[in-house]
Amino acid sequence: MTDATTMNAVSGSGLRKSHSGDIVKASLKRRYAAEKRFRAYGIAAILFALSMLAILFSTIIGKAVPALTQTMIQLEITLYPQDIDPDGTRDPDVLSTANYRKLIRQAMFDLFPDVTSRRDKRQLYDMISPGAVFTIRDQVLKDPSLIGQRMTFQMPMSDDIDQLNKGAIRADLPESERRVNDKQIAWFKRLESRGIVETVFNTTFFTAGDSREPELAGIWGAAVGSFFTMMVTLLIAFPIGVLSAVYLEEFAPVNRWTQAIEVNINNLAAVPSIVFGLLGLAVFINFFGMPRSAPVVGGLVLALMTLPTIIIAARSALKSVPPSIREAAFGLGASHLQVITHHVLPLAMPGILTGTIIGMAQALGETAPLLMIGMVAFIVDIPGGPLDPSTVLPVQIFIWADSPERAFVERTSAAICVLLSFLVIMNVGAVLLRKRFERKW
Amino acid sequence: MIRKTLAFAAVAGMALSVSTIAEARDQIRIVGSSTVFPFSTAVAEQFGKTTKFKTPVVESTGSGGGLKLFCAGIGAQHPDMTNASRRIKKSEVERCAKNGVTDITEIKVGYDGIVLANSKAAPQMKLSRKHIFLALAKDIPAGEGKLIPNPHKTWKDVDPSLPDKKIEVLGPPPTSGTRDAFAELALEGGCKKFDWIKAMKKKDKKKYKAVCHSVREDGAYVEAGENDVLIVRKLEANPNAYGVFGYSFLDQNADKVQGSIVDGQAPTFEAISDGSYPVSRSLYFYVKKAHVGSIPGMKEYVAEFTSEKAFGPDGYLTDKGLIPMGEKERKKFQADGKAMANNINL
Repeated sequence: MTDATTMNAVSGSGLRKSHSGDIVKASLKRRYAAEKRFRAYGIAAILFALSMLAILFSTIIGKAVPALTQTMIQLEITLYPQDIDPDGTRDPDVLSTANYRKLIRQAMFDLFPDVTSRRDKRQLYDMISPGAVFTIRDQVLKDPSLIGQRMTFQMPMSDDIDQLNKGAIRADLPESERRVNDKQIAWFKRLESRGIVETVFNTTFFTAGDSREPELAGIWGAAVGSFFTMMVTLLIAFPIGVLSAVYLEEFAPVNRWTQAIEVNINNLAAVPSIVFGLLGLAVFINFFGMPRSAPVVGGLVLALMTLPTIIIAARSALKSVPPSIREAAFGLGASHLQVITHHVLPLAMPGILTGTIIGMAQALGETAPLLMIGMVAFIVDIPGGPLDPSTVLPVQIFIWADSPERAFVERTSAAICVLLSFLVIMNVGAVLLRKRFERKW
Repeated sequence: MIRKTLAFAAVAGMALSVSTIAEARDQIRIVGSSTVFPFSTAVAEQFGKTTKFKTPVVESTGSGGGLKLFCAGIGAQHPDMTNASRRIKKSEVERCAKNGVTDITEIKVGYDGIVLANSKAAPQMKLSRKHIFLALAKDIPAGEGKLIPNPHKTWKDVDPSLPDKKIEVLGPPPTSGTRDAFAELALEGGCKKFDWIKAMKKKDKKKYKAVCHSVREDGAYVEAGENDVLIVRKLEANPNAYGVFGYSFLDQNADKVQGSIVDGQAPTFEAISDGSYPVSRSLYFYVKKAHVGSIPGMKEYVAEFTSEKAFGPDGYLTDKGLIPMGEKERKKFQADGKAMANNINL
């Protein structure tokens, strides 16, 4: 303080200097504090985002885990020839329409001779999945010599019993509040004590198409549909996107037209996806008469949607190739086309592919435009090509999420996990491509 | 290398788009109501697995959307059947006829109850349709011939016997067939109890419908989307709220939610089946007769749907929540299906 007063006496400029030093000193603490606070805000924001992500993942994965297993029953069944093939023709048509239901019912009633009333018998049989008959049928069709033998079949139990076994339906609730009645619980306990009930890995979920019975429903049909749709999208969007980008970046003169096109492409990237669905309905289905629900139409629609993403990514990748490469190639006498195909495009390719993969990942998760072109449908058969009706993974999730059966809750979460893992794989692929091939100049 | 791949991609793309045009169909295509969807898909799956025909493709487009597609014309690009949670309207029959779809077979498949449910954590509510109307209508009568905007904030305002809780009902949006049926059966059912409004039906049908079918928009009725599973979850989280949805969701979630008693009847399988529960509706599907020859399996699909093992009292559709019809009605529609009768008379 005394310093300041003496300086004050010496000169005016000294006064300002010491004064501003004081101000700096005084405010320094505040400024440090502000910076600290700012950092804390940033960390808090990241922690918040991470915790939300953790909650999302833990709930989805937690719910999905039960879908990986399925309650099965080991039932010994006699394949009576008089029930399956009374005339002994071994004709596949006869074998496929035979009354296997009767055989399963008989096997169950043999296990519980004390069940006599019609109502009880029905409830007893309801514990077995309606798909069990197809387990037997498929094995008999594969090997007709089994007819007449007594053998053990492993068959799925119904979704309600499965939920009971997994604890999703609680036995301690009053009878009127659960889908499984007291008798069925008692029967199930008896089956368990005989050791013929077992919980196995749910292969059906990964190999079957959709079904109205949760225990028979699988993700494979939707996965194949997604594959065909993505193939069509890639085949259309990639070449068109890269060609447009190369033309716009390397050949196009800068004038009002190309500027207008550029603005349009950038705007197109922001158009809501449902609009593309309406466009697809009007153009591909109503005008060109393409089939509804087919991956080819879905692929075309999604290709239109991903085109702007690919063009923008490809252009910036082309832009980042240094002019010296082009100039050197020109200097050695290469033509414009040779410069592009031999030098610029290969060097820009990692960037283009990264953009393409990210665009495809976006398309893989899209549902809204597919609603318009009939891909939100119940389809059991696994599609054999891009013209067969099919759904895609996100649509399958949507359909299952809307189904009343309780057992579809876990399958919905499991399907979400499958979709997420595909997306993660694609994004990791994009990162690896960038890391491995990207060049810095 | 790149040039080759590009050329290949272009050729493949072109070949693909050429081959898609004018494709014949060998499987049935069904569109329509999301309420009938669970039943229609169950039949389609059973049909695909037990016959030599391909599994039909079933799309959930809503009753109105389905009939619009159905009536668009004849040919492989148009659907063969449409599901509806209400009867076809006269305007829709005319639209069909204009596009050449003249012979339509109507098949009634059964009933669906609409429930007003709440969480098991709260007591069950006893209501009448009049209460529902007074709680949820946009305008309610105040004396003879006069309407005022619905002033009721709590259920107790509606009727002193009801709980002192805020009116909060989650239900489907106007695009849904469930909403239409709820308005027609529950709201109109209560609305008719006022004699002067009932008399209006003859004089001014439009006004009558506007009064009886309009749902309040001041926040007491929340449009919760078409997803009934979501409504059930929200009811679980909020014991004070009520939800409007189909009986099959109540059946599947009996441990979480309970249906309110309407006009002295709880929504049970038996009460809906014999018609004593007042808020129930019929479900239908419509078959395009002109396609029967060219699309394989249509007659067989109808036969499967109308078989006793499907829509009968012990059929597999009852497991999915369908309420079956009486024997006489079932026999009638079995016969109609077999003959592909042109049986629509409105």
